Amino acid sequence: MTAVAIAAAVRAGERRAADVVEEHLAAIAAGEGEIHAFNLVLADEARAAAAAIDDTVAAGGDPGQLAGVPVALKDNMCTRGIPTTCSSRILESWKPPYDATVVTRLREAGAIVMGKTNLDEFAMGSSTENSAFGPTRNPHDTSRVPGGSSGGSAAAVAAGFSAVSLGSDTGGSIRQPAALCGVVGVKPTYGVVSRRGLIAFASSLDQIGPFATTVADAALVLEVIGGHDAGDSTSIPRPAPVLTGVLADGVEGLRVGRITDLPTGADPDVLDRLEAAFDALADAGAKVVDVQVPAFTYGLTAYYLIAPSEASSNLARYDGVRYGLRVEAADTNAMYMATRAAGFGDEVKRRIMLGTYALSAGYYDAYYGKALKVRRLITDDFAAAYQHADVLLTPASPSVAFPFGDKTDNPLAMYLCDTYTIPSNLSGDPGVSVPFGTGADGLPVGVQVLAPALGEPVMFRVAAELERRVTLGASAGESTISTGRIGQE
Amino acid sequence: MTGSGCGNGEQGGDWELIVGLEVHVELATATKLFSASPNRFGDEPNTNIDPVTLGLPGALPVLNRQAVELAMRIGVALNCTIQPCAFHRKNYFYPDMPKAYQISQYDVALNIDGWLDLPDGYRVGIERAHLEEDTGKSTHVGGTGGRIHGSDSSLIDFNRAGVPLVEIVSRPDIRTSEQARQYVTELRGILLAIGASDAKMEEGSMRVDANVSVHHPGDPFGTRCEIKNLNSVRSLGRAIEYEASRQIDLIESGATVRQETRHWDETDGRTHTLRTKEDADDYRYFLEPDLVPLVPDAAWVESIRAAMPALPAARRAALAAATGAPVTGEAVAVVTDRGQDAYVHAVAAAGGDAGRALVHVKEAYADQGPAPRVPAVDLAALTRLEVGGGLTATQAKVVLGELVANDGGDADAVAAAKGFEAMDTGALEALVDDAIATNAGAWAKFAAGEDRALGALVGAVMKASRGQADGGAVTALLRSRRP
Repeated sequence: MTAVAIAAAVRAGERRAADVVEEHLAAIAAGEGEIHAFNLVLADEARAAAAAIDDTVAAGGDPGQLAGVPVALKDNMCTRGIPTTCSSRILESWKPPYDATVVTRLREAGAIVMGKTNLDEFAMGSSTENSAFGPTRNPHDTSRVPGGSSGGSAAAVAAGFSAVSLGSDTGGSIRQPAALCGVVGVKPTYGVVSRRGLIAFASSLDQIGPFATTVADAALVLEVIGGHDAGDSTSIPRPAPVLTGVLADGVEGLRVGRITDLPTGADPDVLDRLEAAFDALADAGAKVVDVQVPAFTYGLTAYYLIAPSEASSNLARYDGVRYGLRVEAADTNAMYMATRAAGFGDEVKRRIMLGTYALSAGYYDAYYGKALKVRRLITDDFAAAYQHADVLLTPASPSVAFPFGDKTDNPLAMYLCDTYTIPSNLSGDPGVSVPFGTGADGLPVGVQVLAPALGEPVMFRVAAELERRVTLGASAGESTISTGRIGQE
Repeated sequence: MTGSGCGNGEQGGDWELIVGLEVHVELATATKLFSASPNRFGDEPNTNIDPVTLGLPGALPVLNRQAVELAMRIGVALNCTIQPCAFHRKNYFYPDMPKAYQISQYDVALNIDGWLDLPDGYRVGIERAHLEEDTGKSTHVGGTGGRIHGSDSSLIDFNRAGVPLVEIVSRPDIRTSEQARQYVTELRGILLAIGASDAKMEEGSMRVDANVSVHHPGDPFGTRCEIKNLNSVRSLGRAIEYEASRQIDLIESGATVRQETRHWDETDGRTHTLRTKEDADDYRYFLEPDLVPLVPDAAWVESIRAAMPALPAARRAALAAATGAPVTGEAVAVVTDRGQDAYVHAVAAAGGDAGRALVHVKEAYADQGPAPRVPAVDLAALTRLEVGGGLTATQAKVVLGELVANDGGDADAVAAAKGFEAMDTGALEALVDDAIATNAGAWAKFAAGEDRALGALVGAVMKASRGQADGGAVTALLRSRRP
């Protein structure tokens, strides 16, 4: 049942939130042992929240737009009094004294928090294999990764553990796992969703967004969590975008851009689905146009200087002095080193070292400074392309879900997973991965729709059209995705 | 002129002292620079804290508008250009630095290119005055010298962490320790006048570091050392003088000055090496991505400028003009510093004598703040009696004492109650004659030109008049009798 349907039924008094929660807890009980989507399931809290929602409805009140909708939170979003770990040993015991703004907004809209989901440690990774608490499995094929870093949130929705979930996307950490798990995943325009309470990886790139089984559900969640927050200085001073009202508008007359100089490396099955998406949109009345984004190809390089640089600073606070892990040692410096050596995993250490180096005196200009210039170029190139196209289409991930261990010994191969998603983090523009059929081994493929800053409405129109077309295709017997739900009919 | 030909081997010969000062002031805001925790000194440790102050994961800074406005006031007061600017992160590990970086301003500061005029008109350039956050406060237990190294444990109070600071960096225009003292004193007066800070060096809300070097005029500046731990204007002067002579001794003995940060030790009156340039941190500055650029538009700057109170220099000039006292004199400086200049003007406006009011306020109002309890009209009445010859200066002082003790009163009534009447010239002359006659020895000496003998004669007259004679008038009479 979709979030839209659950909220409508609960608000109308046709379904009890308690029953909705029990169904999802049952799905978790049946499948979580194998999937490991969660670091923590909040069964008691969810039941209590559902009872409060039902009381509100019984008393004639309206619990809100997401009444009774189960939501899972990536475990890098602060929840008051509830452990928030970033899947890192260094924060294993830490309980925030405050809720992230998105958590407050979800609760105020009647959503029910089901638990905290697994991620690559501090959101650094593309497979969720970097979690200190063990990997999450892909519900479509449990021998494969769910993608990352928001793998737990993507898998929780794909497995039916939660109607919707939130992830964070710094270089593709929502869109790539959405593609691999066959769900919708949105990276909004930088500044549309408050980062207050999101544990920072790379502050200038991080953005929270929803996972959902439908475009409409993702739109509804973004309408709830989006909009200005005075607690985040980088929050755009505008109300949340209006999205649910435009989903039926179609794509007639829209210009859909094909990036002719897109970096190569995507698998043929993925490129086939991208072509099918262009065809489907053309069939629906859109005009496919060729555009160039020359700096797109440098995105990955720039990203791996900018993101680690910011991370090296953001993660310096985990020093054992005030909270989290502390490994006692002879003096303060030794304590710092012992704590950080024990608390961080290899990938996190790799990026802290990379970023520290890139920002160092004598290297700044050649690395971090140059990366900032490339970032500017990418932003400018996208802006130029959007003079000719309303949206751009690319693969969300170069491949379908890959087996565990496939890339763990080769960081560069892992980094290439984000080739197509990273540039829009650098430009701050929005992107969405929409399931569009299947590729190799019957595994889901996602098509990425990119739009200019604050172009969420047109991006969602195109995403909704792709969703309608793939559903039509399914009824016509073409390839489509399985629901992948575990423990449910 | 170069120093090579002369002065070598001669301490102080033609050495010139070069000093630049970096002054950190805590802004008198209600809340911290990036969070809503109170900015208050002296509270129980770790009570004025919140997720931002502690650098908790996920916490984000939000810039305090009041802090920006106070910083802009400082910029206006120091004749700076106020410009669009940004915040950077200065990265380093220290236990009382919660995020392991300090949010500061780096290449583009809010205020640049200003100046501060010392009371004698000497102009010291201001390079910049930028906004940044304070750290927490560490107390190291055990070990020696209150340093973290070798201590048994450390206690951290985060109440101060995130308190807004403005760092005011002067150009190396200061040439004497006295100018350095004057600069800090004048700056403190300005900060108090504009309400930017309570500027208490002893509480650390105003902290001064001195960059000191020496050279021969005409030569390039010498290698500088930065002196820290200067907790009073007096320490500042002593430390600069010590450091200058240390550097001169080094150079004259054939050694070189090493660029380093040095610690002033009040107890032994020396500076000691804290760290050398080689162990300086690489702060890895980069633009703070959690904040947006700070762009004060012209209207905002103008509203700050329009709301500026008069600065001490202008107030001293006005007070000097109103009272006839010298503008660089002690009375004008002291009364302005206490913020009692407006009161003196009020006494004048109430028909009083400004000059006498200045003297009385300076002498008798030390413990009364900017709003003295004696109504201005009462002091005005007293000064009228005085200049009208109704009271001698000595009697006026007694009456003033009563007014101060009673928070005001009718000067005429107090004088009458004391039995004070102006002594006429004839009566005074008679008393002077008596004093000369009964103190022949003293008179002989005074008559022979020995001014020291004057005291005995004046004292005799005052005694005979039971303190009611005007000492000034007595002195004048005695001098007029001198052959």
